[in-house]
This record gives sequence, structure tokens and C-alpha cells, in this order.
Amino acid sequence: MNEDKVKQPQAELVGSTGDLLRQGAAAAWPICLGYLPLGLAMGVLAQQAGIPAWLTGLMSIFLFAGSAQFIGVAMIDAGASMAAIVVTTFMVNLRHALMGSALAVYLRGVNRWFLTLFAYGITDETFAVNMARFRSGNWNRWRALVVNHLANSAWVLATVAGALAGQFIPRGAFGIDYALTAMFICLLVMQLHNRLLVFTGLLSAAVAVGWYLLIPGNSYIVGASVCGATLGFYIKRARERRR
Amino acid sequence: MSWPEYILLFAAMGLVTYLPRWLPLVYLAHKRMPKWLVDWLSLIPVAILSSLLAPSLLVDSQSHSFTFSKTDLWVALPTLLFALKTKSLGGTLLVGMLLFWLVGMLRA
Repeated sequence: MNEDKVKQPQAELVGSTGDLLRQGAAAAWPICLGYLPLGLAMGVLAQQAGIPAWLTGLMSIFLFAGSAQFIGVAMIDAGASMAAIVVTTFMVNLRHALMGSALAVYLRGVNRWFLTLFAYGITDETFAVNMARFRSGNWNRWRALVVNHLANSAWVLATVAGALAGQFIPRGAFGIDYALTAMFICLLVMQLHNRLLVFTGLLSAAVAVGWYLLIPGNSYIVGASVCGATLGFYIKRARERRR
Repeated sequence: MSWPEYILLFAAMGLVTYLPRWLPLVYLAHKRMPKWLVDWLSLIPVAILSSLLAPSLLVDSQSHSFTFSKTDLWVALPTLLFALKTKSLGGTLLVGMLLFWLVGMLRA
């Protein structure tokens, strides 16, 4: 009886903890590299806004959200009210609800404790990497969890380093500011399995550019994603009906 | 702001960040999802990635206007080709960074 209970989760682990960490790290390093310039920049801004380094670290641990932290620090610097900052943070991060929903497809029936630990690490980058891997089939939830938490550690370290020593690092060195863009390009390519997906991507891109030009801020991410996916969905429906 | 105020603020920001990450995941992972929802969600990753990328390549953040002249865009083309050929995340990242760095120096 007892033995069965112990064995089951281990069967899911696939290999030792060391293997798990290695496989997670192999998938996570591009994210960590991309977080380096972002985190450094965010730490420098926080330091300039008068936030002590240890509180910047705490902020990164509590939030783990790049754009929301940038906006939050700018608002603190501008003397915005706490309520305004919290509401803005909520709006900026609402897109993670979409990502959590899409990830749920691959995490059916997984216990709530795992999901609670996992949800903490959902960002644009970890989401995209884990979804690409889940889709390819050669992936499991434990490796995905390792990716999330390695990325989080890199983010916390980078922001604290930025707060402590960021002003000594030259801007734009080694093109590192392009790291996340290049990663997104490759992740996008890895997801384009059929014409419908290509079409959905083009639609979303067009809507995103138009939306962003008309409405400054971050609403274009959720807005264009929902529009693009919904249009793509109806196109798929229409094609299926015709058959 | 004093440090207890900072902690309170960051805790509140953390809470409103965590909830949208947690709620749909926990709720949907324990519910039978209708097929249309699964189909729709399967398009979400591509839609989100495209929505994140396109404005960063095609909109000038300073003047907030449409442009074809950003280094980000021109470097994206060879980066895209490399990604299509190799499907290597790390390799694409390094090639993109290298090109962006070189083009940035040439344009400076």
C-alpha cells in the first residue's frame, strides 16, 4: 500500500533529480540570459527611484513580472498612489490568465499544490518555452517547474545585481538587449505547425500593431491575442464545416 | 516611502499578479474542458508571441509611430531564417544578439 503511494510520483519524475535539473537548465538558460539585461535595467531604475536593493529583491520575489515591475517602479518614482499602482499591476499582468489557461491543457488533474507552486513562475518567457516543449511531447511537469524556478532565480539575482552595481555596466553590450526578441522569434517558429497557426500569428501581429498605436499601454497584448486566436478559431470552424 | 510601506505595496502587487496566474490554471486543470476551448487555447501561444513581437519590431517607442527602420526589425529577418533552419533556441538567441550588436555598431 505505502510503497505504491511512494512509487507513483517517482515514476513521473523520469530519471534522477540531477537529470531533471539538467534538462530544466538546458531549456531555461536562454530565458535566464534574456532576463539578465532586463533585470539589470530594472534594478538600476529601482535604485534611482530610491528603493533599497534588498527591497528590490523582495519585489522581484513577490512579483516575478518584468513589465509590471518596470511600470511599478516608474509609478513609485512619480509619486503615484498605492491603489493606482496595484490596479495597474493587475491590468498589466492579466495576460497571465490566458497563459495559465493554455497551460492547464497539459496539466490536467495535477494536484493543487503542484499547480500553486507552478503558477508562481508563469511569465511570457517560461510560458512560451514550456508550451513549445509540452507540444513537442518530450516534456513533463517537473521539468517545466524547474524552468519556471530557474528563470525566477535568474530574475531575482539580475534585479538585485542591477540595484547594487547596474550603473557600472555599459548599455547595449554584446547585443544582449536583443536576447528576448531573438528567443521569441525562435519560439514562434517552433509553434508554427500549420497554415492556420501562421495565419493566426499574422492576424495577431497586425491587430497588436494597430491596437498599440491607437491605445498606448499594455492592453494590446491581451487584446490582440484574444482577437487573433478567436479569428483563427472561426476560420478553422468554417473550414471544418465546408468539408 | 518607509520600508514597511514598500513591503505592503509589493505584497499587494504580488497578490494581484499571482491570482491571474493561479486561478485559471487550478480551475481549468480540474475541469473537463469543452473541445472548442481546447481548440481556442491551442492558438493562444502563437497569438501571444506574435502580439508581443510585432509592436517591438514595427513601432518606434519614442515617437510611437509605425516604422520599417528599426534595427530590431532588420535583424529579425536573418534571425528568423536561422530559427527556421535550425530550430535551435540557444543558437537563435546568440545569432540574434551578435547581429544586433554588429548592426548597432555599424549604424552608430
